Amino acid sequence: MSDLTKLTLVESVKYIKEKKCSATELVNAYVKRIEKSDKLNCFNTKDLENAVNKAKKIDTNKKLDKTLVGAPIAVKDLFCTKGVKTTASSKILSNFTPTYESTVTEKLWNEDAILIGKLNSDEFAMGSSNETSSFGNVLNPYRLNNENLVPGGSSGGCASAVAADLTSATVGTDTGGSIRQPAAFTGIVGLKPTYGRCSRWGIVAFASSLDQAGPMTKDVKDAALILDVISGYDEKDSTSANKPKSSFLNSIKNNVKGLKVGVPKEYRVDDMPKEVDDLWQEGIKILKDNGAIIKDISLPHTKYALPAYYIIAPAEASSNLARYDGVRYGFRAEGKDLTEMYENTRSKGFGAEVKKRIMIGTYVLSSGYYDAYYLKAQKVRNLIKMDFDNAYKDVDVILTPTTPTAAFRFGEKTDDPIAMYLNDIFTVTANLAGLPAISLPIRCNKDGLPLALQLIGKSFDEQTLLNTAYSIEQQVNFKSQVKDWWM
Amino acid sequence: MSDKEFNYYISGDTGKWEVVIGLEVHAQVSSNAKLFSSSATQFGADPNSQVSLIDAAMPGMLPVINKFCVEQAVRTGLGLKAKINLTSVFDRKNYFYADLPQGYQISQYKYPIVGEGEVVLDMPYGTKKIGIERLHLEQDAGKSLHDQDPTKTFIDLNRSGVALMEIVSKPDLRSPEEVAEYIKKLRSIMRYLGTCDGNMEEGSLRADVNVSVRKVGSKDFGTRCEIKNVNSIKFMQQAIQYEAKRQVELLEEGKKIDQETRLFDTKKNETRQMRSKEDAHDYRYFPDPDLPPLKFSQSFVDIIKQKLPELPDDKKERLMNNYKLSSYEAGVLISDKDTSDYFEDIAKTSDVKLAINWVIGDLFAALNKLGKSIKETPISSKNLAKLIDLIKNNTISGRIAKEVFELMLKDNRDPKVIVEEKGLVQESNVGELEKIIEKVLKDNADKVAEYKSGKDKLFGFFVGSVIKESKGKANPALVNDLLKKKLS
Repeated sequence: MSDLTKLTLVESVKYIKEKKCSATELVNAYVKRIEKSDKLNCFNTKDLENAVNKAKKIDTNKKLDKTLVGAPIAVKDLFCTKGVKTTASSKILSNFTPTYESTVTEKLWNEDAILIGKLNSDEFAMGSSNETSSFGNVLNPYRLNNENLVPGGSSGGCASAVAADLTSATVGTDTGGSIRQPAAFTGIVGLKPTYGRCSRWGIVAFASSLDQAGPMTKDVKDAALILDVISGYDEKDSTSANKPKSSFLNSIKNNVKGLKVGVPKEYRVDDMPKEVDDLWQEGIKILKDNGAIIKDISLPHTKYALPAYYIIAPAEASSNLARYDGVRYGFRAEGKDLTEMYENTRSKGFGAEVKKRIMIGTYVLSSGYYDAYYLKAQKVRNLIKMDFDNAYKDVDVILTPTTPTAAFRFGEKTDDPIAMYLNDIFTVTANLAGLPAISLPIRCNKDGLPLALQLIGKSFDEQTLLNTAYSIEQQVNFKSQVKDWWM
Repeated sequence: MSDKEFNYYISGDTGKWEVVIGLEVHAQVSSNAKLFSSSATQFGADPNSQVSLIDAAMPGMLPVINKFCVEQAVRTGLGLKAKINLTSVFDRKNYFYADLPQGYQISQYKYPIVGEGEVVLDMPYGTKKIGIERLHLEQDAGKSLHDQDPTKTFIDLNRSGVALMEIVSKPDLRSPEEVAEYIKKLRSIMRYLGTCDGNMEEGSLRADVNVSVRKVGSKDFGTRCEIKNVNSIKFMQQAIQYEAKRQVELLEEGKKIDQETRLFDTKKNETRQMRSKEDAHDYRYFPDPDLPPLKFSQSFVDIIKQKLPELPDDKKERLMNNYKLSSYEAGVLISDKDTSDYFEDIAKTSDVKLAINWVIGDLFAALNKLGKSIKETPISSKNLAKLIDLIKNNTISGRIAKEVFELMLKDNRDPKVIVEEKGLVQESNVGELEKIIEKVLKDNADKVAEYKSGKDKLFGFFVGSVIKESKGKANPALVNDLLKKKLS
């Protein structure tokens, strides 16, 4: 193979184990590409020198038996990494270097994966286009007639880095679609596991009841491999689930015969572009042709999901972000007294979108409004869960589009928050219900931009999700259309 | 009997006022680790030496409930004869302060771990039940040190995350005395259970005091003021006296009481406004999404119940039945588990009546003088029992016993040894005593004549003189008998 960065994660590890290349060669190939890709602005922090040293060390090992041996992996800058700056793409944490390692990334390094950097995102993961980062926009490797496009968000740096072959795979976080929507915009696979499948310990919190870490990869098998490594019970996270698990990768199979697939009518939203509707029909046809049983289902409370999400997530965020006060760590702007120091620090340290959400969250929790907003939103959340419970009496998995459109231009939706929030319309329900969901690239549209479908699974049934996605992947045989225009 | 009737009222120009008090007691759970982290909780440690990543609210840190603290809360709930809630919920109480690292305190708001219970007080006018509204678990905040630097405030996070039980009473208390008894009883129950050491000087026990007043006979509650964070029984009593008087004066002037939070200034002995109702925090309580509801089974509670020690009220009843003590005597003994243990050590082997008198009489007075607790007593229960035995078997008189007791206070020596060494054994030899009696009668021939002519009262004088002549060693009962014979 001439370019090692074109390998999937599974292939890369196989190469190293079979000594077709050394870890150093693999890491160097990525380093070379990363150094020529600053234009995409995927990285908040590069850790290239350490990565090369770690690779050299791995190459001296007699045994190359670890699951991710030698794989260079950059992670979203929301995961705390010991001794490596962790900013959540926010000015308020721009000088913060943790003394500890998040559980999820610790699991990666325990399997001999190599950290090569921290990836840009929306500030505190709040956004759908990566335009809210304190460290600038990330460019999508896909362009529309030579015009730059957003990579989606919040895990925009992750999505572009995988699509542009700057990391062999990555882990992002998904609170309302932050893994799946950017995966869809960049033609990669993004999996949000069941809430509780992966530990949240050491991940900068956005909305604790919705946040979940998950793989963003070149294909479905890579997603299964990463999930194998990062999932599992963690006693340090009271919301992590103690579930027995076998290897998702080893159990993966290309067989959807008899699989009952639900198609929810409520996801056929008004003015959905025809290309998205067509794509959905193609997905249905592929599954049907391969022996799956398609069922029309109803998830009647879907239309309330987005409003409920934009109450619950900001409410939790307003409280989670209270700790960034300039007292103990992070950015501080002095003031004449404590209150003024708080005001200066938080006014200058947070960006506009984060401030907007803190204000919304503070409002919906305040006395006199709690019942009308937060409590009602929680009731809606329960109804949405019940919708899925009912649906899963008849079907095994649900098929929807991932996003209402393909990737869009910078600034196209920044003045219209509702239009921006609509990006999450198909993805938030899985977060509200705590269910696993995967976004899978199907093909490019007439403009050459990737389009994706989403599968939503039963709680802790990522295996069915992966099997179904793998079967579709085998049929559609999506090929990256990324041209290295920025190099 | 006027002192045995409740009489704490404030007399105003318009009539008598009754004071209504409710307490929110913050009791630190006796636990080596914090409520949601494994940091140590030792009192007096160097600043910021007992702080984990969780206590400092570093990014991405998550709380994990300390099961031991949950058990302690359940134990306390059972000690308060309260309802234990098998499901409770942790909420976030949001506010900004420099010593509150998370920007919120994890507490329990709508669904506390313990529901309604009661505490029984022994007042001079009879027993009184004080209702418990609830007990919930919450984190303590850190400490702001304003006096270490002229321009800066220093923060010590050692207390940050320490487990507290907030015990909320119903507004059933009516006087500073009842408040004192309530705190003492609550502290005694928790000390028996080992769930809170109750050391108010170390901040292990402190209270927010809610005070309102109303006309005697009125059924409606007045507007209350909350006096924050009072850390001694004396200050609570002073604060209530001041605050009640302040409220009565305002009301009698035709003014209104504003519901507000006040502080007690211990130097000026007055309360003053801290926050008005308008400035009251909006804490934006909501269930902590990092912590699933706290659930346990009835059998978890039952196992804790089986292991409960004997509690003060039960012990009091047993002491009264077993040792025929008065309610007052038993009440004094049980106020502190160490005292009742000390008493029972003696009463098991020695005379009960003497034991109770010596323990709550001479021993208490001596300890009081020395400023020591029963735990630090210089006289062991074993040696006090020996002293009581010496009195009971007539080896020494009660008067000599007091001398011996004073000596024992110095070095806790065996009283038998002291008595022998100093030759203090009671004189019971008839021949010897008769010699002394004869001398006394001879020296007081005039008084003997008076006695014989009918002045019976002088008998006591002769007894006293004989004992004095014997340097206190004469057996008083024997002297009595012999004198009667001689003078008849």
